[in-house]
Amino acid sequence: MTTNAPALELRRVNKWFGAVHANRDISLSVGRGTIHGIIGENGAGKSTLMSIVYGFYEADEGEIYVNGALCDIDNPQASIEAGIGMVHQHFMLVDTFTVLENIILGVEGGNRLAGGIEKARIELERLEREYTLEVDVDALVGDLPVGLRQRVEILKALYRGAEILILDEPTGVLTPQEADHLFRILNTLREQGKTVILITHKLREIMAITDHVSVMRRGEMVAHVATKDTDREKLAELMVGRSVLLRVEKEKATPGADLMTIEGLNYIDEDGVARLKNIGLTLRAGEILGIAGVSGNGQSELLEVLGGIISPTSGSIRYKGEELVKNPKFNARDLRKIGLGHVPEDRHKAGLVLSFSANENTALGYHDLPMFNKGATLDRTKMVSACETYIEKFDVRPPDATLKASGFSGGNQQKLVLAREMEQDPDVLLVGQPTRGVDIGAIEFIHKQLIHMRDQGKAILVVSVEIDEVMSLADRIAVMFDGAIVGELDASEATEQRLGLMMAGISDQELHVSDPEGEAVS
Amino acid sequence: MFKQLKLTAIAAAVVAVTGIAKADDFKPAIIFDMGGKFDKSFNEAGYNGAEAFKKKTGIEYMEFEVTQVSQREQATKRMARKGADIVVAMGFAQAAAVEKAAKANPDTKFTIIDMVVDLPNVQSVVFKEHEGSFLVGMAAAMASKTGKVGFVGGMDIPLIRKFALGYKEGAKFANPNAEVFENMTGTTPAAWNDPTKGGELAKSQFDRGADVVYAAAGGTGMGVYQAAKDSGKLAIGVDSNQNHLQPGTMLTSMLKRVDVAVEDAFTSAKNGTWKPGIKVLGLKEGGVGYAVDEHNKGLLTAEMIEKLEAAKADIISGKIKVTEYK
Amino acid sequence: MSETKSKFGAPSKVPAWVSLGLIPLINLVAAFLISGVVILIVGDDPIKALEVLVYGAFGYPEAVGYTLYYTTNFIFTGLAVAIAFHCGLFNIGAEGQAFIGGLGVGIAALYFDFLPFWAVIPLAIMLGAVFGAGWAYVPAYLQAKRGSHIVITTIMFNFIAFSVMTYLLVEVMINPSAGGSPETREFSDHTWLARAPEFTGMADSPLNFSFILALLLSGVFYYFVWHTRWGYEIRVVGQNESAARYAGISPSKNIILAMIISGGLAGFVAVNELLGVHHRVLMDFTGGYGFVGIAVALMGRNHPIGIFMAALLFGAIYQGGTELSFEMSNINKEMVIVIQGLIILFSGALENMFRPKIEGFFKKRQSLSTAEV
Repeated sequence: MTTNAPALELRRVNKWFGAVHANRDISLSVGRGTIHGIIGENGAGKSTLMSIVYGFYEADEGEIYVNGALCDIDNPQASIEAGIGMVHQHFMLVDTFTVLENIILGVEGGNRLAGGIEKARIELERLEREYTLEVDVDALVGDLPVGLRQRVEILKALYRGAEILILDEPTGVLTPQEADHLFRILNTLREQGKTVILITHKLREIMAITDHVSVMRRGEMVAHVATKDTDREKLAELMVGRSVLLRVEKEKATPGADLMTIEGLNYIDEDGVARLKNIGLTLRAGEILGIAGVSGNGQSELLEVLGGIISPTSGSIRYKGEELVKNPKFNARDLRKIGLGHVPEDRHKAGLVLSFSANENTALGYHDLPMFNKGATLDRTKMVSACETYIEKFDVRPPDATLKASGFSGGNQQKLVLAREMEQDPDVLLVGQPTRGVDIGAIEFIHKQLIHMRDQGKAILVVSVEIDEVMSLADRIAVMFDGAIVGELDASEATEQRLGLMMAGISDQELHVSDPEGEAVS
Repeated sequence: MFKQLKLTAIAAAVVAVTGIAKADDFKPAIIFDMGGKFDKSFNEAGYNGAEAFKKKTGIEYMEFEVTQVSQREQATKRMARKGADIVVAMGFAQAAAVEKAAKANPDTKFTIIDMVVDLPNVQSVVFKEHEGSFLVGMAAAMASKTGKVGFVGGMDIPLIRKFALGYKEGAKFANPNAEVFENMTGTTPAAWNDPTKGGELAKSQFDRGADVVYAAAGGTGMGVYQAAKDSGKLAIGVDSNQNHLQPGTMLTSMLKRVDVAVEDAFTSAKNGTWKPGIKVLGLKEGGVGYAVDEHNKGLLTAEMIEKLEAAKADIISGKIKVTEYK
Repeated sequence: MSETKSKFGAPSKVPAWVSLGLIPLINLVAAFLISGVVILIVGDDPIKALEVLVYGAFGYPEAVGYTLYYTTNFIFTGLAVAIAFHCGLFNIGAEGQAFIGGLGVGIAALYFDFLPFWAVIPLAIMLGAVFGAGWAYVPAYLQAKRGSHIVITTIMFNFIAFSVMTYLLVEVMINPSAGGSPETREFSDHTWLARAPEFTGMADSPLNFSFILALLLSGVFYYFVWHTRWGYEIRVVGQNESAARYAGISPSKNIILAMIISGGLAGFVAVNELLGVHHRVLMDFTGGYGFVGIAVALMGRNHPIGIFMAALLFGAIYQGGTELSFEMSNINKEMVIVIQGLIILFSGALENMFRPKIEGFFKKRQSLSTAEV
């Protein structure tokens, strides 16, 4: 071990999940006693990378060095022994245990608890003093607020002797005040010589606390910079990427009548968290409205509400002049019948039943239409022939209507879903992540189909976390952040930087005035 | 393999046929009901009777333990077809099966225990459990210092209520102020073999002041006897003489001589003295009673035995009427 | 990564003959091998035991009758468990549902026997199914609307069913002239289901018209599950609940529907046992068929043909097991239960012991062959 070796070094780490190349040739060096940020959009591969470091996954290729020594980390135990601790996005705590019990869980030090507990108590009190982590070790974890639970996780890692602490999206669940306290703790840790790796997609945090920052995009490490040498715009640019824009050939839109008007839409979920805040949007015939935003900012809920899957808490949705909210027709099945198609964000979770054949999936949501039925029974022949038509039109491969949905590649699965929804000829089509996990060829095809549909006078809502996609498809773009629409602009006015900042919650106006919440560029 | 099987089947059939032909080749059979032959109670008493017969005569018997309801009929018919001279069916639940099998095999003798089937080739043996329970009820009330006695039944069915009622009447007879706690273990067949729950019920009766408890609950009784021993109280066994199970805390056992009935059925069939019809075995016939042996010598005093014998004579003569639960 | 996590009854991705034929066969062979060792330990000849078992199950017409009679029960409970599986539910309550179904059958056959046979028999069958369905409805409602876990509630409902039926048989429906045996009077003979005709040689066995009903219901089951929109909805809910919600298919409605059908099918055990065999309502007639139905459905991969095969296997084991206790003195009822238990263990609980390896083998072969193409 050399003293000036980096605390953690990764060399050409690769990881595949099936055909998905989740981490591509990642190299990273984290200096001892620093706070190192890793930033990237959701799905960029940050969490996968850290799971490799922590031993949840094993890298397919590449090497991990801790303090200059090559480490073979194939399980979390090995990682802990190497001095790496991790605080997960979702806490790994037992609610019905006390803080103390949670912390010694797995490191009880013998079969009898009593002795271990007393030793642990003394050690914990020392740690708490040292790092200003104020937690009552005898409190039940279930009774603690989220911020304190996170400190328990940190304590847990420190108790296990962590020298390198990885925090995965630590502020996602915290209030701003809790987040500030967390940063103070991280500062103390740095002062005491610990190394902290902070995974986030929030620019504010990176700028506020880190020494260095690495940017990931689509499974690759695209930049390593010192935080003092960069700013939020530059990072946003790196994060979103300047990869080749897939320009879609399209005429300028000729918007027609307002087909769907959404006003003051709010949705508060079961846990009492406001997921949609006062949303107002208008879908016009012959126009594509794009919703941009970092995922998890309410887009999924917006689609689910508009698709009739969940009911909004308040607000109004008018469709062709008819109010849908509190209307008996406002459910997924009946909305389809009055001309609303919905391509869900996640085709595996919602769009398809993977264990069903392609033709059975063709009827999903439409299985009670006359086109698939003969009297009381489901008409298999009609399902197969409809599916075969779709397969031909959308060039699905392999062209086999009886193949299970799981047997198709992602792009072809997506085509099956799109075909199903488009071929019912809806007047309004909701599309979530139209090309997520889809290969380039299929992306082009799917985009063309959407434009074609627009040109036929349909209203289309496209939600995508791919900023390129929104820019190339949409005629108008609305940006969502934290459940609200930050702003709406014409596609011709949109630039990546502008959208990128809006996606971080900074509206156009705020860009030019100082931001009271410290959101603006410093 | 199948050819071989066919051959053995034919051979078996031939043996069966010749078996009937030879009069001296006596073949008894017994069918135990659910619960099985080692239930420490009713079925086991039948098993002991069959074993006693085997020991005395050296004649093997055929047996079957029912595990499915439909096997009752299958087994009775099967035993008849295999050339059994007499088939003893244990338990009231076998009545329907015996009825069918007896009609189908008029030359085979059937004895059913605990139930009446009125057919020319069926002997029905029933016991006056209430009479025996009356006597142990008396014994319980006499031995009790608190004047409170308990009863733990198995599954809540009429047969067990018959035990309970006789017991209660006996206790009140000996001590008109006696208080009788009555608990059934359950309403499913599992109640016959739940010693843990039996023990709990007994303990709760002890807590309420009882100091003698009578168990008519098959294997569940084991828990009752253990609980009595642990709490230093007295328990009364059932069906066979269970005094030896917890010597010193077993006041006595209510004897229901199923073993004798089974052995008698086998022996009489062998000697040609077997008769169809109803055999009611009460105190008079020695079919029920209470057990006195070296294990409870100190517990049942001479004075108590004297009273019990007097009551026994009065029941036989009809002077005391014990109600039979219907 | 995790979307391929399989739920109950989710089909796998290997050839059908492997999934439906080879794997069950290997499980069965493993069960027999271990049974053989157990028989050796108690000092008997396992080969002879197997011969007796096979002979006892299929060797002569009456044996076949008994085997098919057990098969009938297992088809009913197997289908009952399978329809729940298709909806992603684990119905452990078929036993209790069958028992309560017996109440329905009994009410029709005891109190409506003034009706002619062509009216009272359908009525009895219908009431049997309705009572079974009703007993399944409550746990289904609790699962669908309140989220109470169906496994727990159906188990508890088995206990309640037993207590209710014992109470009714002891206190209410008991035949006073039966000398205290907790059973009802015999049904009037025009309510009895026809037994197997004389020429089959099975007339002496309990095999009855219910067997035909079981085969008919298997057909209806297939048709319903794969060829109606209700079956389609149930399967969507079972395979992917969020897809169901996305498609406007109500999970709670379908949970209740599937469980009602499940309970109704379980109620048919009472038709076979009471209307077909015992002609009275009595204790214990459900005989554990509801629980074995779980193994039957698992082994039969929730498909009527598979269920028929598995039901036949279990029917043969039950009847062959009876023969074993008749013929081999060392093999008592406990030993038969051990053998039955081993088969259930291997084909049910340990089903996934060999499956991953075998599937892995075939998947590897598949991917190799596609790679060559």
